Amino acid sequence: MATTRTLLWSEDEELIRRSARDLVQARMPISHFRALRDAGSAIGMSREVWREMAGLGFAGALIPERWGGAGLGLVACAIVLEECGRTLAPTATLATAVLAATALVEGGADATRDAELPRIASGESVLGFAHDEGLHHARDGVSTRAAAGADGFTLHGEKSFVLDGTAADAFLVSARTDAGRIDLFLVPRTSRGLRITPLALVDHRSAARLALEGVRVAKGAVLSRKDGALLPRLCDRGAALLAAEMLGSTEEVFARTLAWLKERRQFGVPIGSFQALRHRAAAMSCEIELTRSIVLAAVRALEADATDAPALASAAKARATDTFLLVAAEGIQMHGGLGVTDEVDIGLFYKRAWTSRGIFGDAAFHRDRFARLGGY
Amino acid sequence: MSDAGSDHARLEAFRAEARAWLEAHCPPAMRAPAESDEAEFWGGRRAAFESEAQRAWLERMVERGWTAPTWPREYGGAGLDAAAARVLEEEMRRIGARAPLKSLGMWMLAPILFEHGTEEQRREHLPPIARGEIRWCQGYSEPGAGSDLASLSTRAVRDGEMFVVDGQKIWTSHADLADWMFCLVRTDPDLPKHKGISFLLIDMASPGVRVRPIRLISGASPFCETFFTAVRVPARNLVGQAGAGWTIAKALLAHERAAISRLRDGAVQEEEPLEVLARRCVGADAEGRIADPVLRDRIAQVNLDALCNRLALQRSTEAERAGREPGPGSSMAKLYGTEINKRRKELRVAIQGWRGMGWEGDAFTPDELKSVRDWLRSRASSIEGGTSEIQLDIIAKRVLGLPG
Ligand SMILES: Cc1cc2nc3c(=O)[nH]c(=O)nc-3n(C[C@H](O)[C@H](O)[C@H](O)COP(=O)(O)OP(=O)(O)OC[C@H]3O[C@@H](n4cnc5c(N)ncnc54)[C@H](O)[C@@H]3O)c2cc1C
Repeated sequence: MATTRTLLWSEDEELIRRSARDLVQARMPISHFRALRDAGSAIGMSREVWREMAGLGFAGALIPERWGGAGLGLVACAIVLEECGRTLAPTATLATAVLAATALVEGGADATRDAELPRIASGESVLGFAHDEGLHHARDGVSTRAAAGADGFTLHGEKSFVLDGTAADAFLVSARTDAGRIDLFLVPRTSRGLRITPLALVDHRSAARLALEGVRVAKGAVLSRKDGALLPRLCDRGAALLAAEMLGSTEEVFARTLAWLKERRQFGVPIGSFQALRHRAAAMSCEIELTRSIVLAAVRALEADATDAPALASAAKARATDTFLLVAAEGIQMHGGLGVTDEVDIGLFYKRAWTSRGIFGDAAFHRDRFARLGGY
Repeated sequence: MSDAGSDHARLEAFRAEARAWLEAHCPPAMRAPAESDEAEFWGGRRAAFESEAQRAWLERMVERGWTAPTWPREYGGAGLDAAAARVLEEEMRRIGARAPLKSLGMWMLAPILFEHGTEEQRREHLPPIARGEIRWCQGYSEPGAGSDLASLSTRAVRDGEMFVVDGQKIWTSHADLADWMFCLVRTDPDLPKHKGISFLLIDMASPGVRVRPIRLISGASPFCETFFTAVRVPARNLVGQAGAGWTIAKALLAHERAAISRLRDGAVQEEEPLEVLARRCVGADAEGRIADPVLRDRIAQVNLDALCNRLALQRSTEAERAGREPGPGSSMAKLYGTEINKRRKELRVAIQGWRGMGWEGDAFTPDELKSVRDWLRSRASSIEGGTSEIQLDIIAKRVLGLPG
């Protein structure tokens, strides 16, 4: 698997990283996340900063130029998310720039794309991803129905966990059609019959619950691929790109822990000189290196539409989940009492690790899928 | 652009040439992995060919300089650059050709001689390595100096144009089959322990060298105790300066770790996949999933980790090609590769139930017996070449910059 695609960053990619990092560090340091949280912000992200990110081409990274996009590609999105992960920066990158843009570009009718894509690329429009209905992520667990009528569709159902649900102007809703297949539907926030319940999550990620009670959408609202593979493709991209964000968070929490191991002194020496901690730190650095490798391999495979992309995406999410939880938990432990205070940022990462774990499927879900794709 | 283009054309021309030559010259019997470590050809004066095909394969490859493709021709190589060597490797893999020669001399000593040896030493020792005529062993560990290698006490005292060596080595892999040893000796007992060490090449046929094999839990005797009593070694066999031995020893260990992680990774791909074995042993459901869900998850976990490890290796190889040495990255690869290897071997015997408990006899198939021996052998992989704990220490210090 994956021997021909490079696992190093190109010079262009390094440039993208630099511009993403500059923006994130300047406009969305962790204090930005804390400020939104402490203000009880209803939408959970700054639309102003998102428009700035759009100015750098990040909102339209997957959108061709004819619709105002920058066409930077999926690897660029992964880099942006990794940088956002470092400061827990809440942005519309995953649900809007990656998932909604992919769904529209691959599955939208011409008129729909003409109308929607330029507004995504400019940063005007933010979308939520509404697929999960149960307690856990499931690919086929969709009982929301989309009944076709003369002038469009009528949607009935409930969505239990909608990514960016509080911030969104519209939703990408998965629903079963009369033919029994799962397509996606563009549902504006202001639709009649749509009830939105914000979810205040432990890590303050933007999320909501949706109830669709006879929501009517136009014909052009359906997003679908001929091969029926749009939803699995979105879930693969979601899993791998979330893994990239988790990798950035993991690297940051590890860097902070490492600095602390060198700074904090007990028994007259830095605590990082105790082998019980040194060895665990060294082991974590290996786990992180493995995670880095699989995440990049997965994103490159997805970008190239390679046949091994789904297996790699699952491997990346499984790996990133385990590594982030381990490193965040060890981060708390190695900070001692400080680690469990709200004042120190480590705990924010731990809480983020916990929610990220379940979104798009936890490690067990992805190992199951990895095995299934491997024929066992 | 045209540079890249002509380079591409050159490599593709070489690929065609290599492919045709390999097709014509690699015996069919050599287009499959060897059944065991012992069935590989490790060279040396005492080496016997397992088959006519093995002999022919080595001789043909030696003639082309392809046992050591990147070495300059005057040392028995083919003078290929890294890109062409990779093409050759790919073409060999394409037909499943096994390496004609496995060699510690090639993997560990040669890089040291290229960097620290004299021209005379290179000319004397490299060609016989490339031809598989001389087999080398590694004389590092001693009874009192394992992980704390620098505390070694084997003495080498200068006597005119000679050194006189006294002391004992232990865990010397295949000392009983080797012709020469690269050896760490203490040349100056008065200096601090890292400073008084030298790197010496010793002919195992010298009077005063005695070797005693040690039996392992796997039943094999791959390593020995080696005793030196007033062994006289020409001073020209000193590599680098007297007292520079520790620096050289560490550089060699990095090459060793890289070789171990590659070797172990290669071995992995040749075996029947765990999931295939598991389906055979515990059955599968209607969708082809291994019937035991716990076992299935453990297999997925180790396969997934092995995949990540391969990718991490690829990443570090790419970084190296972009101009970096096998530094502490090799510690990571060694640590993780061997830990995965142990999990995998253990799972393999676990899957086979009672059949994974056999020691010998006709009641078990050769594959079953081999999997048991391999499992026991795998316990050594996180000890040899520096234990996992020592690798963690190296990573903590050199990669993470932690004190202590
Ligand atoms: C199959 C095999 C082949 C080998 N081949 C060769 C060879 O060809 N040539 C050669 O010279 N040597 C060879 N060795 C020897 C090998 O390098 C040593 O066994 C190894 O370095 C460990 O040394 P030791 O056995 O003395 O164990 P010790 O150093 O005594 O270690 C015992 C335990 O203590 C731990 N430990 C030691 N120091 C520390 C520390 N500072 N912090 C934490 N834990 C520590 C170790 O990790 C280990 O768990 C081989 C070994 C094996 C198993």
